[in-house]
Amino acid sequence: MSQPKISPSTAREDLRTEPQVIRIVIIAIAVTFLTVFVVLPLVVVFAQAFSKGIGAYFAALSDPEALSAIRLTLMVAAISVGLNLVFGVIAAWAIAKFDFRGKTLLISLIDLPFSVSPVISGLVFVLLFGAQGFLGPWLQANDVHILFAVPGIALATIFVTFPFVARALIPLMQEQGTQEEEAAISLGASGLQTFFRVTLPNIKWGVLYSVLLCNARAMGEFGAVSVVSGHIRGETNTMPLLVEILYNEYQFVAAFAIASLLAMLALITLVAKTILERHLDEGRLPGD
Amino acid sequence: MNNGGAGRRNTLPGFGLTMGLTLTWLSVIILIPLAGLFLKSFELSLDQFWSILTSRRTLNALKISFGLAFAAAIVNLVMGLIIVWALVRYRFPGRRIFDAIVDIPFALPTAVAGVALTALFAEKGWLGAPLAELGIKVAFTPAGIFVAMIFIGIPFVVRTVQPVLIDLDAEIEDAAASLGANRWNTVSRVILPSLVPALLTGFALAFARAVGEYGSVIFIAGNLPNVSEIAPLLIVIRLSEFRYADATAIAVVMLVASFLLIFAVNRLQRWAQTRMPAH
Repeated sequence: MSQPKISPSTAREDLRTEPQVIRIVIIAIAVTFLTVFVVLPLVVVFAQAFSKGIGAYFAALSDPEALSAIRLTLMVAAISVGLNLVFGVIAAWAIAKFDFRGKTLLISLIDLPFSVSPVISGLVFVLLFGAQGFLGPWLQANDVHILFAVPGIALATIFVTFPFVARALIPLMQEQGTQEEEAAISLGASGLQTFFRVTLPNIKWGVLYSVLLCNARAMGEFGAVSVVSGHIRGETNTMPLLVEILYNEYQFVAAFAIASLLAMLALITLVAKTILERHLDEGRLPGD
Repeated sequence: MNNGGAGRRNTLPGFGLTMGLTLTWLSVIILIPLAGLFLKSFELSLDQFWSILTSRRTLNALKISFGLAFAAAIVNLVMGLIIVWALVRYRFPGRRIFDAIVDIPFALPTAVAGVALTALFAEKGWLGAPLAELGIKVAFTPAGIFVAMIFIGIPFVVRTVQPVLIDLDAEIEDAAASLGANRWNTVSRVILPSLVPALLTGFALAFARAVGEYGSVIFIAGNLPNVSEIAPLLIVIRLSEFRYADATAIAVVMLVASFLLIFAVNRLQRWAQTRMPAH
């Protein structure tokens, strides 16, 4: 080992970063922590799912209960993402393109579900629609089923995923301003034409990004859905709920097989998110 | 900020319609259901409310949720800073992958995280077995709750602090170094103070999330009343016993606590903005 040459420039360089020992220790701590707390739990899902072989894995996934849970999860996600997309875009238009009093308050209200415990997000609907709830007697008299049925599961899911679309689109649309839209309007375009031909192409990556994150949360929601679902087998169990039931019945391969589908959804979401973030960054104005 | 509440600053159409739809949707999905919770709690007398909250089981559940969430958020604060520092300041193999991996606790459904952490830390699990040899039991004890809360909280600190550290002006560090400050002084007196608002915000977000967390905790917790039973689980148990009043009272306390936390986060962010004017 030769002595490192100390020139003024490297000495100055040394003042701008940490000694190599400290650098290595910090990297080692960061990598170890992320491996133990984040990577290993993910790996263990697949290891457990395939612990009895590929045959057992696919047998678990083709069980009628599993198929019904997958169908219900897809349906609930389609309903809640669809509705939140429409209303999220509408809310982003109102908030980003106009100035009005109370804008900060409105944004905070839209953000509320992020800070409410999932269990409480389910509880509020039980208090509204349950047998002892405010609307319970009326619903019973008219034979309308919300709780322990698909509408309740969809409502709870819409509640927890409420902020995703609006929160992603508001900063994007604010950044883009209103000049292009004003030009379109002054050239005689209608409001809807302006939105679909001017605004939407500008925010399309943001829309896709928000749908992606909203969908991941909708398909994976557990606490809120658990409270309103009633756990009726083959009817009101979503995939995360079925994971719980199978796990509690010691059917570990089946539980982790369903869990592995949800884990793959999470991984695909992350990869797609990384790609979309690159598109979104390119879309930013230079110097921003 | 605006011209006296007149509304429009431009000629774009649709303000009335879109604002009306937004407020309607917000009320139907969020505001009315949440108001219903508070309304329900008003059906309780103050004495009833108080006796529910001060019952031994409720108090212990709240203590466990808030205490362990606070401890986990402290761990996240320290580990989050270390991870951000490594990701932003150093180059090492796999850095970009580890950067992406930080988001997994956001993306992985909580029930999946719950069963995975339990399998990992159970007595025969990959980490549980060696820990058991050391006499440490994690799964089905309060330590398991702590581990799950660390898992779900870590992205909050990393993702809040990361952009601030990236944007930190290198010239300030150069100046400190050229004025003869050694590295430790530059880090502790120049860099860390400008990260404080972001660190506290990340801490508060991780804390708030962990307090209300349910899915990733209940599998690994053991759920023994007074020992390893978290407050959200107690709400679920009271609901299944049709003790709606008890469930409501616990929920109201937790909601008020999380509203106070968001308020604190908003103040922190305003503080950060006044300290660091937009560049």
